[in-house]
Amino acid sequence: MLIFIIRRIILMVPTIIIISIISFIIIQAPPGDYVTAYIARVQASTNQLLKQEAIEALRARYGVDQPVYVQYFKWVWRILHGDLGMSMQWNQPVSTLIAERVPWSILLASLALVFVYAVSIPIGMLSATHQYSIRDYIFTFIGFIGLALPNFLLALVFLWLYFVYTGNAALGLFSPEFQNATWLPKLVDLLKHLWMPIIIIGTAGTAGTIRVMRANLLDELQKPYVMMARAKGLSERKVLYKYPFRIAINPIISTIGWILPALISGEVLVSLVLGIPTIGPLFLNSLLMQDMYLAGSIVFILSLLTVIGTLISDILLAWVDPRIRESI
Amino acid sequence: MSALKQEKNKEEEKLYVASQWQLIRWKFFRHKLAMGALVVLGIFYFCAIFAEFVVPHDPYQYDENYTLAPPQYLHFFDENGHFHLRPFIYGIEKRIDPEILEITYTEDLAHKYPIYFWIHGDSYKLWGLFTSDIHLFGIKKEKISLLGRDTMGRDLFSRVIYGSRISLSIGLMGIVVTFLLGVTLGGISGYYGGTTDKVIQRVIESLRSIPSLPLWMALSVSLPPHWSVTKTYFAIVVILSIIGWGGLARVVRGKFMAVREEDFIMAAELHGASTTRIIFKYLLPSFYSYIIASLTLSVPGMILGETALSFIGLGMQPPAISWGVLLKDAQHIRVLAMSPWILTPGVFVVVAILAFNFLGDGLRDAADPYSTI
Amino acid sequence: MQDNNLLLKVEDLKTYFFLKEGTLKVVDKSNFELKRGETLGIAGDSGCGKSITAQSILRIVPQGGKIVGGKILFNPDNKGFIDLTKLDPRGKEIRSIRGKEIAMIFQEPMTSFSPVHTIGNQIMEVIRLHQNLSKRDARDKAVELLKKVGMPKPAQMIDAYPFNLSGGMRQRAMIAMALSCQPSLLIADEPTTAVDVTIQAQVLTLVKELQKEFNMALIIITHDLAVIAELADKVLIMLYLGKDVEYTSVDEIFYNPLHPYTKGLLHSIPKLTAGPDEKIIPMTGSLPSPYDLPKGCMFHRRCPDFMPGLCDKKEPPFIEVKKGHKVACFLYTK
Repeated sequence: MLIFIIRRIILMVPTIIIISIISFIIIQAPPGDYVTAYIARVQASTNQLLKQEAIEALRARYGVDQPVYVQYFKWVWRILHGDLGMSMQWNQPVSTLIAERVPWSILLASLALVFVYAVSIPIGMLSATHQYSIRDYIFTFIGFIGLALPNFLLALVFLWLYFVYTGNAALGLFSPEFQNATWLPKLVDLLKHLWMPIIIIGTAGTAGTIRVMRANLLDELQKPYVMMARAKGLSERKVLYKYPFRIAINPIISTIGWILPALISGEVLVSLVLGIPTIGPLFLNSLLMQDMYLAGSIVFILSLLTVIGTLISDILLAWVDPRIRESI
Repeated sequence: MSALKQEKNKEEEKLYVASQWQLIRWKFFRHKLAMGALVVLGIFYFCAIFAEFVVPHDPYQYDENYTLAPPQYLHFFDENGHFHLRPFIYGIEKRIDPEILEITYTEDLAHKYPIYFWIHGDSYKLWGLFTSDIHLFGIKKEKISLLGRDTMGRDLFSRVIYGSRISLSIGLMGIVVTFLLGVTLGGISGYYGGTTDKVIQRVIESLRSIPSLPLWMALSVSLPPHWSVTKTYFAIVVILSIIGWGGLARVVRGKFMAVREEDFIMAAELHGASTTRIIFKYLLPSFYSYIIASLTLSVPGMILGETALSFIGLGMQPPAISWGVLLKDAQHIRVLAMSPWILTPGVFVVVAILAFNFLGDGLRDAADPYSTI
Repeated sequence: MQDNNLLLKVEDLKTYFFLKEGTLKVVDKSNFELKRGETLGIAGDSGCGKSITAQSILRIVPQGGKIVGGKILFNPDNKGFIDLTKLDPRGKEIRSIRGKEIAMIFQEPMTSFSPVHTIGNQIMEVIRLHQNLSKRDARDKAVELLKKVGMPKPAQMIDAYPFNLSGGMRQRAMIAMALSCQPSLLIADEPTTAVDVTIQAQVLTLVKELQKEFNMALIIITHDLAVIAELADKVLIMLYLGKDVEYTSVDEIFYNPLHPYTKGLLHSIPKLTAGPDEKIIPMTGSLPSPYDLPKGCMFHRRCPDFMPGLCDKKEPPFIEVKKGHKVACFLYTK
């Protein structure tokens, strides 16, 4: 098992390297180089011209006069030392800015993930065990709608209702009166704000997972071991839960691999629409300001989170399914 | 063991002898939802292609007198309860409250405007080539806005139909790129195996791990703002396809690997067939149907992508019209609360996505012609 | 008829499947009986309804199927007959019979076991379900059972997963599981079809031994007449779509087959002692479509002794034409 984990982690390395290259491309992509833009900004805001030495120093630090791959390696080197660069907009280290916001994004995405599974698995099961019933058709239909409804549209509608109801044009994470409250009422307040984005973000993932769960369970229910279990005298409940359900669940664990990036994407967009101070608004802002080190690092960190999430799900799957566990 | 031969009876025989395409068609037609979706998409694309003809007015023409006017509903019964065969709309009566300067629009029951089809209206150039002034429908003299007006008084219906051009075509363009990238790289990966395969697999895995929207956003920002609408359009197509091809490549790779070992491939090789011929004449045809189904199912993602990007302001920019650009106006929540009809482009997005999903599902079901029918 | 030695009596069993294409009469008026310790072989081609008959006894007919008529009378402990058709298929009564009084083994042992549970887990499950044993005692009993069925290294194999075992070992494990509660009736549904010839012999020997030891009645379902010859006391030949055509002792079937279908089956077996010139005589024609059934006798289109005007008009009654020998054929009536 340990060997499996180590092997899996080693496989992760080339993936992370490629992601870092793509992130670096993002940083370098906008026309003009970073330093020129930075200098222009500073000069515009302070209404002073920078001294030549200062300009030289900046250029050297970011290596803008050197070939691209040198710049890339310099960047990687800095990352390994925890330096993600400076945000020229906020004049703070990128790592600080990200560290403020990323935990909230992780929280939101994780809760959305829990929501997806908590909803899809029971519904998928009900759909499969009552195949072709009215319930099945209704759920399948709802699933389709969920798949087709863009999350930002849903967010707009929710926000509209929220606005009509409370008069607030943005959702935020906390209500102002709870700013200095103790942790329990603050937590409750937080959940009161979070339920909306969790549902919105989770909806798209739910539809797909319901269908996977339903299909898996239907497949398993046809298999002979279900009849065997019944022939042994087990109750219907046990026949369902101990056997086909347990086996149908396994592939669901591996769906984390594609759900997670979708949830994070969704989180970015929904937080923009609803006005929640997570990564989303920071990211958009950095893009509009062409604050590329901040933007590129955000993409890198978000992708890293997904890769780690997939690693965890792979390990979980291997642990839970003896067929995989024994073959490695 | 009994040596009884299990012969199929006549009906089952018909099944086995039917050609692959026949089987696919049978299953497909039984999938009525997919047929309905096809019809809906047909209508959408017709409107997109003949947009200038379908819309009653110029979508760029603004009218400061009727900003945010509500939709004008079609009536068959007038205010006295009489039935008119030809549907009509009422005029708009505009009232400004002198104290709070709030504008209200109501139906002007005094003025009725019947709808005419094939009516002469504002002139236009179909596809920039053919001059005409015949519109599918419209009213005489005044403007009709079935879906209301936006903040600049432009007819939303016309804008939605024009917007469908970009929103619906980006999906189609996107799958061309996805197809090329997916089949080529997936095919190379599956056919040659080894290190090439491993490298390509790593790249696909990496792309899959990057959340799509942030990546698209970041790449869009790099597009020079002075680029023309067309250039931006194609750039966005490429950006949207960058992540998508991975899924198709995986399927193609899987199929290539499975089929590569089959006897009929070995037979072809023994006959001296070249690699290209093997790939195109033997390997690919065995799963055209999967490719088509997979591509159809990836169109919704592209439509959503462009809509989301433009909604945020990073995709297509005004004066270009796409459903995402139209939805951008809905971001102002106070405006939205007063004039909910600006969300209508969203309804079209949902319908288009649903239609593609149903269609893709139908194709995917039909693509398994030898599964239990 | 009131025989204390009678364990099972199936009367006019009808199990139909209700599909959207139509109603499928999978078992259509089946009749047979079984004494304690006796072996009944049910033979016929694939799809003739043999498995569904077995599933009807245990009330595990798949969704869409329903017992619409007839009786399944079961008398496990000599206290009188229970009609299994009257029991709720999900209820406690039938569940206390399944696995305990009547056990079943299936054709493919690989797919009949859950792939993610150890065989020990699955065997102990049955034991603890019907007997009040602690986990430790159940485990010991399971190991004992595995030893009895000839499983090598039973104390280790008990923690193995089905995919760790060979085909023969899996089959043995399934037999061990079926016998764990000493049922009075064992139903074996095509136990030798999915295994190769050497394993077949082992499985059959094992089943025979265990049957004698536990004084178990056995219903063996197969399309292989050789297996029938090896194990059965009585034989029921089923024609497709659940019609009984011949029912008698095993000796009678082989030495004095009456129904043309039975004769056809016997003639189509290649004989080891036959010379190179002796031809195998296959049956002509093919299986009828279930939605396009022939009128009259189901077999008339393929029967070498077809009597026009009679066989294609009415169905032959299933009657005793000799003592202990029932047949459904117009050749023997009138």
